[in-house]
Amino acid sequence: MSVINSDTTILEKEPERAATSRPASLARRIGGLSDRAIAWLFITPTIALLLAINIFPLIWAVRLSFTNYRANRPNAVVESVGLQNYQRVLTDSDIWIAMQTTAHFVFWTIVLQTLIGFSLAYLIDRKFRGHAFWTTVILIPMMLSPAVVGNFWRFLYQPQIGLFNYIVSYVTGVPPSSFEMLGSVSLAPWSIIIVDTWMWTPYVMLICLAGLRSIPDYIYEAAEVDRASAWRQFWSITIPMALPFIMLAVLFRGIENFKMFDMVMLLTGGGPGSTTEVASITLKREAFESWRTGRASAFAIILFVAVFGLANIYVKALNRVKQR
Amino acid sequence: MSNATSAHSVVEPSATTKRIAGIIVVLYAIVTMVPLAWIFMTSFKSPPDSISYPPKLVFTPTLEGYCNLFTTRTRQTPEYIQSLGPPQSTCDEITRSRNMVIAGPSNYWPRFTNSMVIAFGSTFLAVFLGTLAAYGFSRFRVPLADDLLFFILSTRMMPPIAVAIPIYLMYRELGLSDTALGMILLYTAVNVSLAVWLLKGFIDEIPREYEEAAMIDGYTRLQAFRKVVLPQATTGIAATAIFCLIFAWNEYAFAVLLTSGSAQTAPPFIPTIIGEGGMDWPAVAAGTTIFLVPILVFTILLRKQLLRGITFGAVRK
Repeated sequence: MSVINSDTTILEKEPERAATSRPASLARRIGGLSDRAIAWLFITPTIALLLAINIFPLIWAVRLSFTNYRANRPNAVVESVGLQNYQRVLTDSDIWIAMQTTAHFVFWTIVLQTLIGFSLAYLIDRKFRGHAFWTTVILIPMMLSPAVVGNFWRFLYQPQIGLFNYIVSYVTGVPPSSFEMLGSVSLAPWSIIIVDTWMWTPYVMLICLAGLRSIPDYIYEAAEVDRASAWRQFWSITIPMALPFIMLAVLFRGIENFKMFDMVMLLTGGGPGSTTEVASITLKREAFESWRTGRASAFAIILFVAVFGLANIYVKALNRVKQR
Repeated sequence: MSNATSAHSVVEPSATTKRIAGIIVVLYAIVTMVPLAWIFMTSFKSPPDSISYPPKLVFTPTLEGYCNLFTTRTRQTPEYIQSLGPPQSTCDEITRSRNMVIAGPSNYWPRFTNSMVIAFGSTFLAVFLGTLAAYGFSRFRVPLADDLLFFILSTRMMPPIAVAIPIYLMYRELGLSDTALGMILLYTAVNVSLAVWLLKGFIDEIPREYEEAAMIDGYTRLQAFRKVVLPQATTGIAATAIFCLIFAWNEYAFAVLLTSGSAQTAPPFIPTIIGEGGMDWPAVAAGTTIFLVPILVFTILLRKQLLRGITFGAVRK
């Protein structure tokens, strides 16, 4: 699409069949704007807003990332430090630990959500009675505010009084005060994975369901004629045909969880210690608690480049799904 | 097994399969609703009931959580409370039974109102700008259209904290820190990308012959847009608006970093609700319940468009 039409940049996509039968003046009467003017008039405000609120600040952040600026000392002398901030960020062991924490979180949430989400979608696609109603019920968690969800799961995870510990102890017989989901170094990373899975499995389920429904019946009918077993049909038809949709869901969850902030912030605040400190929380601490704005900007730019790369792949995947 | 199914249509699962699938899905749905049901129940518990062990399933419902959510209270001597007149309201009565009197309204309602103003304001702007841009991209050949559309989408993919650092500095310079206007502009910028992508999909589905016919009848392009395209796109615009509303309503990262007082929204406020000596869980649960109810309503309204919304219009069913 980057190939621009040589002579006219903006014109109607399809030559109007009726155009020949219509006086040219008719289309532009009563102060009617030309199509080119309308296109620019309609698109420019959106682009301008995004430039002002997204791109201009981003350029500012790039500039800050080469300085030792601190936002809590606006009057201090700002010096250029070259690439030092980037060097520090990339060699900072705390930041690498945060990246590992993020990777652990992203990996397990994707694995669990894909397995549970696809299984649910497969079961819903059996079209039992009332499946539409129950699908809507299942979808509710993903619409909620992650921060508010994190906050109320903190209540469910309370060691003595919390419902989660009570149910676990009821099922397994372990005393409910013998473990702390949020307070223990080994369990806290799983506490955020459980909540994220509770919240976002419906998302993966919904997209997988669309994938399953996009498979035409005649393919299964043909397989049946060829005496393919149900198992064989599942692996040679269902999975490959639904795969672009599963990939889409995985990519989207990957990007979202890579940036994860609100739910984890409210649930554990990154603790205990820094066991659940995902990248965005480290960034927030650098920027708004240590006030090392320059260094935080460098870290932000690195994260942004990573997300941008993922987003690029994501859009390509979107377009592939769209073409089906 | 394949013999049993091949008796009737091959693509129609057998009755047993359906029943088993149904049971598993319903079980999952019920388990997934337990946390929400628990929060709802907690909002009607008294503070001692909310932290009792084992957790109480049966309890006497009380409005104490809701009263505590909306008021601030001060502890008083029983003699002082005796000297007051009869209680003015149910909340008054509950508060006095805890040896306290209502000192004034809490910040919950102002925060809730902020959430509404900011969510509706930004939704209106995002949908307005998004509709125009989507029509532009849908109907005209715009140079570098795919690149522009990718640029628009990529702005939504940015990590919010990374964006918040320069926005924080910019808003401090411009005096937009902790103002509703600042938050509205910010949420509009985040939402407009979703609006453009979703609405472009909806407008693409409206046959362009409709406008062409109207223009042959003497409408200008703008009139055709207003009188032909907009009415056809109503469902899409409504669905897009609800998605924008939900985003702005739920947003936390920008809100907690850029607002602290007069423009603070509900999500950063709810976790700060504390009672005397520890968390006032019924009040937190009450605040959460009130905050989540609009989302439940919207989810039900949106259920047919959800798929489209969460995939930026890529998957339509």
